[in-house]
Amino acid sequence: MSKTPWWADENVWRKTAIWVTALMLVALILLTFDSVAKITAGSDRVPAYSVINHRIYYKMDNDRNMQVPVIGGQAPLFGTVLSEEQAQAMVSKGKMTVQAKNCMNCHTLLGNGAYYAPDLTKAWLDQGWGAEAVREQLMVNFLLDPEANARGYGTTRKMPDLDITEEEARAIIAFLKWMSAIDTNGFPRNFKPIAQEGE
Amino acid sequence: MMAQAVNQPMSQTAMRGKLNSAELNAGQRLAVKYFSVAIILFGAQILFGLLAGLQYLMPEFLYNVLDFNVNRMVHINAMIVWMLYGFIGSVYWLVEDESGTELVGAKLANLAFWVLTAAVTVVVIVYLLVQTGPGEQKSLWLINEGREYIEAPRWADFGIVAVVLVFFYNVAATFMKGRWSGISGVLVLDLIALAGLYLAGMFYSPNISMDQYWWWWVIHMWVEATWEVLVGCIMAWGLIKTLGARRKIVTTWLYIEVALMFGSGILGLGHHYFWIGTPEYWLSIGGFFSALEPIPLVAMVVHAVYDSGVHRFKNSNHPALAWLIAHAFGNFFGAGVWGFMHTLPQINLYTHGTQWSASHGHLAFFGAYATINIAMFYIAIQKWRGDVFMGAGIRHAWRWKWALALLNIGVVGMTVALLVSGYEQSFVERALQGSTWAGYFEAQRGEWFVQGMFWRQIFGYVTAAGTLLLVWDLITIGKGETRPAEKPTEHQAQAQAA
Repeated sequence: MSKTPWWADENVWRKTAIWVTALMLVALILLTFDSVAKITAGSDRVPAYSVINHRIYYKMDNDRNMQVPVIGGQAPLFGTVLSEEQAQAMVSKGKMTVQAKNCMNCHTLLGNGAYYAPDLTKAWLDQGWGAEAVREQLMVNFLLDPEANARGYGTTRKMPDLDITEEEARAIIAFLKWMSAIDTNGFPRNFKPIAQEGE
Repeated sequence: MMAQAVNQPMSQTAMRGKLNSAELNAGQRLAVKYFSVAIILFGAQILFGLLAGLQYLMPEFLYNVLDFNVNRMVHINAMIVWMLYGFIGSVYWLVEDESGTELVGAKLANLAFWVLTAAVTVVVIVYLLVQTGPGEQKSLWLINEGREYIEAPRWADFGIVAVVLVFFYNVAATFMKGRWSGISGVLVLDLIALAGLYLAGMFYSPNISMDQYWWWWVIHMWVEATWEVLVGCIMAWGLIKTLGARRKIVTTWLYIEVALMFGSGILGLGHHYFWIGTPEYWLSIGGFFSALEPIPLVAMVVHAVYDSGVHRFKNSNHPALAWLIAHAFGNFFGAGVWGFMHTLPQINLYTHGTQWSASHGHLAFFGAYATINIAMFYIAIQKWRGDVFMGAGIRHAWRWKWALALLNIGVVGMTVALLVSGYEQSFVERALQGSTWAGYFEAQRGEWFVQGMFWRQIFGYVTAAGTLLLVWDLITIGKGETRPAEKPTEHQAQAQAA
């Protein structure tokens, strides 16, 4: 029997498997340290929770060839300016409600989830709310009674009644507003936001 | 019937063609329990998938009773859990054979099985009856965590970790007591990673970017890395058992697959970090490494087909080998080709979060994981029936062949139908309408989208028919068979090649 060439040798491949895996793991861990710092709330890419006190715009960045979020002037959610701690508590309550109501198994958030209902990444900025002045109230009304205020756009699909309280509804909206200010590298492409004051 | 059979007396050992647990070792007796629950959950996956699919066509169906989010959650959770049951069962099935010694701690393992099964039952009942809770921590601890694929409430997470630790201890300690091999070495190291990764999904963060960053560590590192290596181990063992493939060749291939799989898959994680707030460098890293992810899957196909060809397809278990081959191709097309089609950021920008993902998900989970678990079910039932003949000319062979055909046609049909819908959705909603809600619904109303959803449902019924036939076949195959199993032999051609 002829000698096994090196490229078919069991030991060569065992060592290769170990070294390749170790190398990739180290690379992932190093990248994770960097990424986690860059997606901590309050960073350039993921804003502080108090961003809900401000107007959020999108503009085309020609260098990056994508739309990027721009934090505008004061536009406090429900007319109340919140401290960073208060804003975090409200956004957190909203995020927790989004999880507890299992929103992700119909909707997508940052594009992840189920595809039975629209993406929520920029729901706060959606043109469907009509005018900026009525948006907050329309969103609250919708979440409190999604069946009566169904927004199926010509389909019979509608959100079920999830027993959302008014406090939870407001918190969800805070979470959605905060999420709409995350820099998502231009996802979704070519998004057309609602008309807002100061644009 | 199966439960009674487990308690049959030793005196029936010689009776071929009847379920006889005396034929099985302790690990295998445990494995058939895991396999039985896996099949029940497989049925649940299909049932709730059909309900969710129908809601696309008839949104009023079960509205406010069993809403889409509940059906979809049970659909995907039943899938994840039956696959894990299949994997745990498969490892318990092979552990005594591979280690050459008796399972360590069989009693503890048995207890863990019942604890896990009771927990899964409670979780599903709560999903169906309670469904959702108020926006408080206690909902995440008791009802569901609302995070796709790992919705199980936190209390169940701790149960899962405890059970997995027992499983890991049993497997590792058994190999330590007996002998190690290339397959078992890879398997044990892979199980450490698989279990450890679950911890990354067990915390709450208000920051959705941070949430999804770690959530992908669990989801991606399971289905695109550690699960792939785990099924690589099962495949290696399966080819030795069914074909009589040479261990040295199989083990060398396994190392090649591990190198390629982890070499591409670990940083391939980056293709989930394109749009969740993470830095732009992930566009390059994720795009590059995930584009390499199909390569190990090609290696697996070459390996399986080459070994089968060398042995001229002479094997001890025809249904099992057919499903192993289905696994090799399904994994390549579902995970490899369908994944590659939309993994580059330039394309993914338009397809991320559309029915493209559903199309890929259906073919990948079926092709990569359902198939190999089904192959193991056939290996198990053969031995459980007294190591009966399962070669050419087996009685009622049409059942396993039609089950194989219907399941594959059903899933491929769903995949293609969803892809048509996905194309329409990415063009209309994303490219044309700028992803507004109005754009989303315009795409959902589109004729081609609706047609895709209709055909998905039809092929869902085909899949369901295949599942029923599969279950019938698994219950009846080998019944009354008196011929002994053919033993795989090393083919001359292979011996020469070596």
